[in-house]
Amino acid sequence: MKPERRLAIGATAVILVLLLGAPMVLDIASVVNLTVFLIVSILSLSMAWVWGVGGIFTFGQSAFYGLGAYAYALCAMNFGSSDLAVGAAVALPSVAAALLGYFLFYGRVSGVYLGVITLTTSLILYHVVNSVSGADFRIGIVSLGGYNGIPGVPPFNWPGRPGEPLDFVPFYFLAVLLLVSVYAALHWLKSSPFGRSVIAIREHELRAELLGYDIRLYKLVVFVIGAAVAGLAGALQAAWAGFVGPEVFGIAFAAQIIIWAQVGGIGLLAGPILGCILVQALTTWLGQNQIADTQIVLGVIFVGSVLLLPAGLLPLLRGWISHGQEERR
Amino acid sequence: MDPLNISFQLAYSIALLLLTSLGLAIVFGMMRVINFAHGEFLMIGGYACVLCTQAGVSLWVSIWIIAPLIVGAVGWFMERLVIRHLYGRMMDTILATWGVSLVLTGLASIIFGQQQRGIVAPLGSFELSGFRSSWYSVALIATAFVLLAATYAALRFTRAGLLARGTMQNAQMAEALGMHTGRVYAWTFAAGAAVSGIAGAALAPLTGAVPTIGATYVTKAFITVITGGAQALTGTVAASVMFGTVSELVANLATPVAGQVALLILAIVLLRLMPEGITSRFFRRSL
Repeated sequence: MKPERRLAIGATAVILVLLLGAPMVLDIASVVNLTVFLIVSILSLSMAWVWGVGGIFTFGQSAFYGLGAYAYALCAMNFGSSDLAVGAAVALPSVAAALLGYFLFYGRVSGVYLGVITLTTSLILYHVVNSVSGADFRIGIVSLGGYNGIPGVPPFNWPGRPGEPLDFVPFYFLAVLLLVSVYAALHWLKSSPFGRSVIAIREHELRAELLGYDIRLYKLVVFVIGAAVAGLAGALQAAWAGFVGPEVFGIAFAAQIIIWAQVGGIGLLAGPILGCILVQALTTWLGQNQIADTQIVLGVIFVGSVLLLPAGLLPLLRGWISHGQEERR
Repeated sequence: MDPLNISFQLAYSIALLLLTSLGLAIVFGMMRVINFAHGEFLMIGGYACVLCTQAGVSLWVSIWIIAPLIVGAVGWFMERLVIRHLYGRMMDTILATWGVSLVLTGLASIIFGQQQRGIVAPLGSFELSGFRSSWYSVALIATAFVLLAATYAALRFTRAGLLARGTMQNAQMAEALGMHTGRVYAWTFAAGAAVSGIAGAALAPLTGAVPTIGATYVTKAFITVITGGAQALTGTVAASVMFGTVSELVANLATPVAGQVALLILAIVLLRLMPEGITSRFFRRSL
């Protein structure tokens, strides 16, 4: 077995054991806090897929995340059950991504222009959602709430048993399960023939096209899968916080996801997850301890990572570890 | 609606877009760098104007001399420290300048505090067929067009502009002919920043100065410049005219939010029709 592969398997095993064992050691508040890290990890995984694997630089993952959150909130509150709501939270962003993606990829929009359109779409949602406050704007029994957002979003219930909400610890395990299965699915997809073609397109669009691949279709599928994953994360977030608000469509949050991916490294699926956890943990820690201004520290880290570690942190760590192993042998 | 009235509002909304995008357009058009700290350049210009005016300096001196000097210096240092490592990596310039923008916003809120500081706009107001407006907004429209004309003239007719354009077209050749290309890059970036400084300072009497004000400008400026395309100066003018007109008309007919949304939808449609921006199809031989 190649050392890199052994390393990957070992790291995965350690992380799994830690994740599954955590609720037995930690108190309930820490488990709840850990859950939100898992949820944003799923979101960052969707960025790893779209940007890292597909090579599509998008500002739109937060928009799909927000659509998922809103879809979950509206369905769960209207139907009183989360079963359908989760489906809606995956379906709505997927449909939106299919429409937007058709428009983008079949129009041959790429590069920074694609970034602008996805950012613009996000901002349209932000303006619209912000302005729909008041009694006139309601879907079913739920008022959309404009800039105040929607409070009182119900948690997940046991599948098929509305009215029996998942407690914190089961919800934590659900988040672990979803993170692991999304990761496994994307990893499998990445190494499938489909994924190989996607990577070929990322590396050289014209060459892939001349070899007969319909790059528009491949990119569209990548984009839709990414949106579905982001929507799932949105549903989890809405259920975890019991709240959704229009900030999810704002530019600050859109940028945050890109920062995670850049800091962790987009070459590997796990890179953005690492970046996301590090950045979020640092933000929380700085916010609690008031040592330095959070924004300044984040900004410096971000500039530094672009200048010094263009490939990101995880590839560097992996290089160090496998290098060390080879020296020992 | 009175036609005179509406055309004044259109001119104002176009000038506002032009003013907030021009500095970004210079940097993008010449250097292919997308500067997300552009909003913070406007913010620093705004603070320079407000603080100097409060200290007793004439408003016009603050706008036209002090603000561009300060912001130009900030731009020069930023180019030397960060941007110069990133030429040819457009995506990375977005990411790195984003980090710079976070740092600048954070520093501003530490130094100046979170509360808004403002000065009173001078010049009084006038009445135009039953509609009141301030003379300062007329001055703002004039500022936008003077800045645009000056930028164009500087690039087109001066020796510095010629050297800058030559370097951007073919840096290796310029270097072979004995140019200090690094110096040209730094000064071009500083010039773009100085233009943003003037714009931010000119806006300050109307908007006041807060550390987070940059975020309100940068996305719209970014969208305007990119929709304009590779010939950034002409493109930005074309995009500003279209966006300003459409958003102002829709805002008048419906609501301000509808105006914003109309602007954004127009941007998407334009980029769908012209995936490389307006100047990929029209005005291809312009600046």
